[in-house]
Amino acid sequence: MGTLVEEIFSRKAGRIVKAGEILLLDVDYIMSHDNTTPLAIRAFREIGKPILDKNRVVIHLDHAYPAPNVLAAENHRRIFDFVKEQELPHLFQQGVCHQVMIEEGFVTPGSIVIGADSHSNTYGALGAFGTGLGSTEIGVAWVTGKCWFKVPETIRVELHGRTQAGVYAKDVMIYIAGLLGMDGGTYRSVEFGGEYIDQLPLHERIIFPNMSTEIGAKCGLIAADQVTLDYLDNETPAKGKGPFEQIRPANPRYERLLELDVSTLAPQVACHPDVDNVKPLEQVEGLEVQEVYIGTCTNARYEDLEIVANMLRGRKVNPFTRVIVTPASARIYKKALQNGLIEILMDAGCTVTGTGCGACIGRHGGILAPGERALTTMNRNFIGRMGSPLSEIYLASPATAAATALTGRITDPREYLMQNAE
Amino acid sequence: MGKAWTFGENMNTDEIIPGRYNITIDPLELARNVFCEVKPEYAKNVKPGDVIVGGQNFGCGSSREHAPIAIKGSQAKCVIAASFARIFFRNAINIGLPILECPEAVAGISEGDEIDVDLASGEISNHTNGHRYQARPLPDFVLKIAEAGGIVNFLKEHDIQELLR
Ligand code: SF4
Repeated sequence: MGTLVEEIFSRKAGRIVKAGEILLLDVDYIMSHDNTTPLAIRAFREIGKPILDKNRVVIHLDHAYPAPNVLAAENHRRIFDFVKEQELPHLFQQGVCHQVMIEEGFVTPGSIVIGADSHSNTYGALGAFGTGLGSTEIGVAWVTGKCWFKVPETIRVELHGRTQAGVYAKDVMIYIAGLLGMDGGTYRSVEFGGEYIDQLPLHERIIFPNMSTEIGAKCGLIAADQVTLDYLDNETPAKGKGPFEQIRPANPRYERLLELDVSTLAPQVACHPDVDNVKPLEQVEGLEVQEVYIGTCTNARYEDLEIVANMLRGRKVNPFTRVIVTPASARIYKKALQNGLIEILMDAGCTVTGTGCGACIGRHGGILAPGERALTTMNRNFIGRMGSPLSEIYLASPATAAATALTGRITDPREYLMQNAE
Repeated sequence: MGKAWTFGENMNTDEIIPGRYNITIDPLELARNVFCEVKPEYAKNVKPGDVIVGGQNFGCGSSREHAPIAIKGSQAKCVIAASFARIFFRNAINIGLPILECPEAVAGISEGDEIDVDLASGEISNHTNGHRYQARPLPDFVLKIAEAGGIVNFLKEHDIQELLR
């Protein structure tokens, strides 16, 4: 009886739990990456006890990968040595951690997956409880298999209608971030549902929990349904692990309900310098950009690349704009290559890089100079995130990014989508 | 009893300890530079038992643990704030830095006031103006972690199950 997060936690605890309670629960998987694993190793060594279950430990090299400098390379070396020493079975160099976690079937409905990365909320797209933690807790979880949680209150976001052509889940989520604000979800579970969510394919659903982090949420959740189960069966090795339960909220008591009709929404842009500085695209249309970055755990899945390729097919991007495409994972890259998308992107003048977080954290792969402005498919526009503190980051959908790549100015994708349809 | 050091709203982890000092996780080393940009006199003059007082959303920003480690390393007794950012809240508890949420106390405490805090009961006394404030008492498990000096130390001596027992 309760909200989705109460239902998930109740099953794990073996009794009915309510918001406000503090629980010590078993976690299913413990994720960390090249940025956060070294500190977790330090905590682990200090505790001085063995890893409880090596199968639950999953480590990714993605944040500064391939190593852009000596320090990053040393970091990777330390992690390789640790994985060998501990004989850990799950080390990945296949792309952005959150995407690979989902592709590899580590995220299943009703499971608890913690990560030393703030966007671990992403796993909520499959009805799992995912949340981001500090490195020490990851070291603690390696040893104990457990983590303490305060059961959060829930904000329910109920979405009605269907979006118009050229408007995507990213536009909807950016709009919601503008409404709720940067700390509008702090300590809360944000539950997304309604007929709009029900008909969305999984790759679009992921945007909502992923960006719930941007409004401070502890987790962002979408109840698992047939779409989720079909994805797990057809696209991941999780097949044999089921059957998975479709846990749903049952007589929930929500702290707040936000209802929204998405059918009148136009493309949205989250403008410099805050994710809640949200404007309809037409208000910033024509603003010059020096870089378009299509990548990250938010919007660099196969379908995103497909939207971009369809818009760029037979066209050329603006010659004075860096247009960088970083597929979220190796699997996505390979499929895009096999289906000819990479060729279309390259012919249009895009630079296609290897997989990983790339330019998202300003380590490499598209760093911005002072005074430069980027339009990107990322989730976060913190000052200086992609390089110089004097640069600006604007967040939008892959379609808006593609239209903007063609003109070098923030451009409404609907113009190009209409032309393609003709 | 200790002195109050007051800070504004939305103190982010970079203002607590700028990223360029995050190459170490040694508490004393970090403490040397804690609040260096927003209140450089803090690190030089802080005394054991002093209290940090912040506004809304204290500790927002990155998930790095350096921020609470730096404050704890400076020997401050606790942080009182109107509210805390989520990951800072957890990190502070896990590294054994007591934190109290109490907007009334934040409104009623000025820089330099003499403050007494009873962590177990959540009572905050301002001896300079004679006012008392009641924060929610810290849950037992938080006090256990704080007493051990952090969750890593707690686990050296105890099983994790003992946390909520
Ligand atoms: S792509 Fe960006 S937001 Fe996603 S995990 Fe990597 S650094 Fe974080």
